[in-house]
Amino acid sequence: MIKQGILGKKVGMTQIFDDKGNRVPVTVIKAGPNVVLDVKTSDKHGYTAVQLGFDDQREQRINKPDLGKFLKVDVTPKKFIKEIRVDEIPEDYKAGKELTVSDVFKVGDPIDVTGYSKGKGFQGVIKRYHFSSSVSTHGTHEFFRHGGSVGTSLDPSRIIKGQKMPGRMGNKKVTIQNLKIAAIDKDENLIMVRGSVPGHQNGYLVIRYAAKKRVYI
Amino acid sequence: MSRVNPVLGKIEEKYSRQDLPDFRVGDTLRVHAKIKEGNRERIQVFEGVCIRKRNRGISSTFTVRKMSYGIGVEKIFPVHSPVIDTIEIRMRGKVRRAKLYYLRQRRGRSARIKSKKY
Repeated sequence: MIKQGILGKKVGMTQIFDDKGNRVPVTVIKAGPNVVLDVKTSDKHGYTAVQLGFDDQREQRINKPDLGKFLKVDVTPKKFIKEIRVDEIPEDYKAGKELTVSDVFKVGDPIDVTGYSKGKGFQGVIKRYHFSSSVSTHGTHEFFRHGGSVGTSLDPSRIIKGQKMPGRMGNKKVTIQNLKIAAIDKDENLIMVRGSVPGHQNGYLVIRYAAKKRVYI
Repeated sequence: MSRVNPVLGKIEEKYSRQDLPDFRVGDTLRVHAKIKEGNRERIQVFEGVCIRKRNRGISSTFTVRKMSYGIGVEKIFPVHSPVIDTIEIRMRGKVRRAKLYYLRQRRGRSARIKSKKY
């Protein structure tokens, strides 16, 4: 089996019941229809990958060089374009082919989901790095959520690189590995993934077959 | 079931159940639940007072309390669970609270609920 992937968009979370009657918390992902825009082969490009496009974009929002690419494979312009590395190119994959969820995944498949996490803005070290807060009694004042000392002594008399300090948090690329597909809706192109995935609603996601496959008990 | 997101609403509709009777907090219920033992399935009946309903769309639950050999037992059922076979309403109760947690402190005669006349 070739480990493939698909592009999608987070819809939101809900819960469903499995066939044993257990409640399953799921994230609903609108995945597809995707379009294969390009196929990269080891002979020509030095590596194998499929370039997918997802979510229609208005033509006037695309610049002419990009538009040319879409016209070449005769599809409507896409907003979200990503390459997915594959071990070998599946046989019938060629530019212009439309991909749906059921072509790529089936229920029970382990997957990795990549997206951009929710941005938290400028945050202190307690929220950002789980530092513990100072004691609020015993005479402490104006020093409750500080990180404490950052520096060293005369030697080396500088702050060591990588010191955890306040700063921008979130809005980073995050991959959650080994999630399980709980259900698939073929007609609506929906994947229901057990558990949560990174990012806000309507955030774009790359869904790949799990790189480090694990057996589910 | 209404929900802001139409896609999620549609999924939840598929998994929700409309066939169960409409019961209220204070009612005495007989909940017939399917139980799997090995590969055999049987129905277990749990009879008691509904002391709580938690309305959260597809995640809604209700709690049934009964006295079993002098010990209070509570069971939480998801309203839309496929495990529930049927629900019988034995008695409509007349109560003035939404959550009947006060029954936990009571025993015997004082733990009774007056039945409602229709």
